[in-house]
Amino acid sequence: MTLEPNSVYEKIITELPDGEKLKSCLQCGNCTGSCPSATDMDYAPRGLFALIAAGQDEKVLRANTFWYCVSCYQCTVRCPQEIPITDIMYHLKHQAIEKGLYTTDAKDFSGTFIGMVEHFGRSFELGLAAGFHLLHHPLESVKMAPMALGMMSRGRLKLLPKRIKNMGQLRAILDKAKEIGA
Amino acid sequence: MKYAWYPGCSAEGNSFAYDETSRMIAEALGIEFQEIDDWNCCGATEYFSVNQLPAYALVARNLALINAEETPQVIAPCSACYINLKKTDEKMAKYEQLNTEVNVALAAGNLSYEPGAVKSRHFLDVVCNDVGYEAVKEKMTQSLAGLTLVPYYGCYMGRPEDNFDHPERPQTMDTLLKTLGADVPDYSLKTICCGGHMTQLSAEASLRILRHLLEGANQLNADAMVVGCPMCQLNLDAYQKDVNSAYKTNYQIPIVYFSQVMGLAFGMDPETLMFERGIVSSKAMLEKWLTAEPASKKRRRREKRDKNALPMPKQLES
Amino acid sequence: MKKGVYICHCGSNIAGTVDVEEVSKWADDLEDVAISRDYKFMCSSLGQELIEKDIEEYGLDRVVVASCSPHMHESTFRGACQRAGLNPYFMEMANIREHCSWVHKDKEAGTEKSKALVAAALSRVGHHEPLVIQYAPVDKNTLVVGGGIAGIQAALEIANSGYHVYLVEREPSIGGHMSQLDKTFPTLDCSACILTPRMFEAGNHENITLLTYSEVENVDGYIGNFEVRIRKRARAIDEEACTGCGLCEEKCPISVVDDVFEAGLGYRKAVYRPFPQAVPKYPVIDRENCTWYQKGKCRLCEKVCPTDAIDFEQEDEILEVKVGNIIVATGYDAFDARRIPQYGYGRYPNVFTGLEFERMTNAAGPTTGKVVLRDGVNVPESVAIIHCVGSRDKKYNEYCSAVCCMYSLKFAHMVHDKLPDAKVYNFYIDIRTPAKGYEEFYHRLLEEGTIFIRGRAASISDVALTVEEEGKLIVTAEDTLIGEQRRIPVDMAILSTGLEARHDSQEVARTFSISIDKNGFFRERHPKLDPVATMTGGVFIAGAAQGPRDIPSSVAQGAAAAARVLSIIDKGEVEMEAATAEVNDLTCVGCRMCVISCPYEAIDYLEDRQKAEVNRALCKGCGTCVAACPSKSITLHHFTDQELMAQMTGAMNALFEIDGVLMPA
Repeated sequence: MTLEPNSVYEKIITELPDGEKLKSCLQCGNCTGSCPSATDMDYAPRGLFALIAAGQDEKVLRANTFWYCVSCYQCTVRCPQEIPITDIMYHLKHQAIEKGLYTTDAKDFSGTFIGMVEHFGRSFELGLAAGFHLLHHPLESVKMAPMALGMMSRGRLKLLPKRIKNMGQLRAILDKAKEIGA
Repeated sequence: MKYAWYPGCSAEGNSFAYDETSRMIAEALGIEFQEIDDWNCCGATEYFSVNQLPAYALVARNLALINAEETPQVIAPCSACYINLKKTDEKMAKYEQLNTEVNVALAAGNLSYEPGAVKSRHFLDVVCNDVGYEAVKEKMTQSLAGLTLVPYYGCYMGRPEDNFDHPERPQTMDTLLKTLGADVPDYSLKTICCGGHMTQLSAEASLRILRHLLEGANQLNADAMVVGCPMCQLNLDAYQKDVNSAYKTNYQIPIVYFSQVMGLAFGMDPETLMFERGIVSSKAMLEKWLTAEPASKKRRRREKRDKNALPMPKQLES
Repeated sequence: MKKGVYICHCGSNIAGTVDVEEVSKWADDLEDVAISRDYKFMCSSLGQELIEKDIEEYGLDRVVVASCSPHMHESTFRGACQRAGLNPYFMEMANIREHCSWVHKDKEAGTEKSKALVAAALSRVGHHEPLVIQYAPVDKNTLVVGGGIAGIQAALEIANSGYHVYLVEREPSIGGHMSQLDKTFPTLDCSACILTPRMFEAGNHENITLLTYSEVENVDGYIGNFEVRIRKRARAIDEEACTGCGLCEEKCPISVVDDVFEAGLGYRKAVYRPFPQAVPKYPVIDRENCTWYQKGKCRLCEKVCPTDAIDFEQEDEILEVKVGNIIVATGYDAFDARRIPQYGYGRYPNVFTGLEFERMTNAAGPTTGKVVLRDGVNVPESVAIIHCVGSRDKKYNEYCSAVCCMYSLKFAHMVHDKLPDAKVYNFYIDIRTPAKGYEEFYHRLLEEGTIFIRGRAASISDVALTVEEEGKLIVTAEDTLIGEQRRIPVDMAILSTGLEARHDSQEVARTFSISIDKNGFFRERHPKLDPVATMTGGVFIAGAAQGPRDIPSSVAQGAAAAARVLSIIDKGEVEMEAATAEVNDLTCVGCRMCVISCPYEAIDYLEDRQKAEVNRALCKGCGTCVAACPSKSITLHHFTDQELMAQMTGAMNALFEIDGVLMPA
């Protein structure tokens, strides 16, 4: 069978190691049944795979599924056909960004995180949360305040991460990687 | 035993207690740490999801900074850091093109890394499998008898593949806690994910996941849940109050690191083991332990067979 | 020499990719070719007659047929030659179908390759020697291994034809898995009611020697003439004296969990018969658990036995028997559900396996047929039946176990029948009901109100999140038909465990010189046309040892294997392979490399003369010894160096002529 060139299906199969295993999906639902986030996804993994096979690429890439994936690999280790489901979720995020088709703000969350790493070389969970929510959900930030105070009083929340010494070296490496990867 | 040590970003803030107590028990067990000089973030799950090659390059810088001849193995206490280090090394070894590209990127910073040179290990794996339960037992000065400790592994100790424990029924921490003398119930949710970053994206989704885990531990009368990952600890600890208000529950389960309870059994002063850094107080657990009756010498009598009951199948030996 | 060449069209199978007329015309001009023809179907009776007529008319002394694989029709064309008075080994086949037309698309290249293959066969056949087929007599006794329904059926078919059978069974009684079952799908007849008459017949047949609690240790020989060593384990019971009264079992103070017959759901004594209708009726003493054997105390059974039949000193017996044919029907093992920890078998009391539930619903079982929870008292209000446990999963067994859908439906029916108010859920991926009356049975269950959820169950847990879930087992699965993850609370879960090859199938295969497939089941000679034969002459397979199958299919295979054996017995003699190896006495140095390398143990070392000698009756003509011999002292007839070299030069010369390809010096 030849797949539509440049379709979501074709890209998974040609670009992702072991991506061709997606062809053998039995639609058994073990992935969705095992997924801790399934109930919050607009299409859970099995349903998303049916959409991919049906060629409904726009629905696929606008889905929140892969942004709600917590990368726990529970689906992957249980899949009876050994499909690398978690890796497919990573790949779909990449495809959605590439085509500009994403509807959740999870992308911004990842962006905030990456920005922090590229600035300091290190991250810190709560600083990340604060930054993300201040920018995108100011009201949530207010709700988070009591918890953040609890963390602060226990010395677990810092305002800024430590910047690594050789930030120049790290930037050079990342810039080069982006250049090759583009 | 000398290993490279990759503390991970949490160690500087959120999981300071884990880092500190890990260093304490490592010293007691004769494990020597060589902290990677100027290590950087592992990228967590975020970096990998958006841009693969820079993510690998980011992690590879850490591997490249290690003197592989001196320390051919690196320990990460955080499960996410551990899995990223392991994944990068293994994928570079498996895919020639990735290896080449990552090394071109590293060369821009005058670094290089040969896949396979440094083996990544989780700290729990090193304690249980390199040091071993027997050696742990020898260091014990007091038993944790009287405490019901529920081991919680999360995602990355048995998954996705070729990991140090079983993906569905890991035993390493169970055996460790039993060695320390604690009561260790069979916690059926021990590998269900804590929700990871979901707390930042959907409060509803993450609280539902956390409530499931806490309820499971509560049903086992847990005095504490024991973890080996800062993310698991943060989610279960810092959001426990939110779970309680969302679900009208009243869980008060301290979430502690295995290194902290090992410290107790090794006779270290509880004050130095930083239990107070948990949002959920460990006071009740510590008091219960201090006042626990010494383990009775009498062997428990075998329970009489219920005449009506059908026999239970034997559990599979792991 | 006068050679005849016959090029087959095989309809369009060959002619579609090969210009057969051109090949025939080209061959006609080759050296020694007296006649060359092409024909639509060489294997038809008209095609064969063509060869026979030409042999007489042209005085042909060699024949080349270019058609399909020799696996298909070598014996057909050898027969044609023989009928016309030509030694059958003067015929050679060129495979221009599997080796050419089916694997190429380019007709021109296909034609040229066919020419080379024909030329190779022509060159080779000139060197063929006439070989004489030898015959060996057939021993009329048969060995049947495995006393399940397939083995019983096979043994009875043969015994009823008047020939003797040794029926060997590992367990203390025959009956196999079928004897554990309660009802049989789809007609729901009682398993014991239809099985026990057959067991009784097999146990009392004048032509059947029943050897239970016994195992085959070694097999020597070949089709028609096997020598078999059987270990008859000591039962510690004198079979001559025992009346099967059961008093010993009743009085025995030791009770242990019965992991075999009761599938772990019930207990048995240390001296026991697996079940009341056991055949033979004699019990066995389980030495692992008997207090006398373990601690040197008790002997209570001995005291109560009215006929002094207990014999603690009894030892294993070794029997040597001769048989002409063997049927291996050793059955299957149930998948061990503990290997899938997320289903909680062995952890949650109210998770049961399929075999446990069979015993539970059986009126003669541990609960006298009552469906109850593990506490033996409470009755479930809701039951989940989980399909495909250990099947259709690459981590365990990729194949479909074939019987689980139907037995899961049967379980649902049993629950409805015994507990009309209970809710019954079936978690399935696909419902597979392909045989007679099976789909109708599925429809019946739909009408009975079974709830079908399409989705492989992901996990079973006891962590309740709602009031309704409290004290229940929660099955989590995606209901794929509505696209939703669901948590279904139930009181009882039944795991429909799949069928696996016996854990020791590899060793058993080695004992009988047969092979296993990648899943450990015995490999048949041909999956469609020869499903009960193996690659070893005189050794047949039947039942679930060959692959997962249900009762009707196992019975059919048992009868089929018996029919194959009877036809060999009736013929009275078997053809021996004529293309066998021969040792040159003059150059053999007696190093014994061939003896070690022969996979059929067909080479003897003659101590007195310090030479190797091939037993032609055992030799299969595989050629391993030829390659192993350091002094080049072994010739494999019909595959001599000369013949093989001629075949290669024939092909190379033709290619040179056609393409100008240079032969390497």
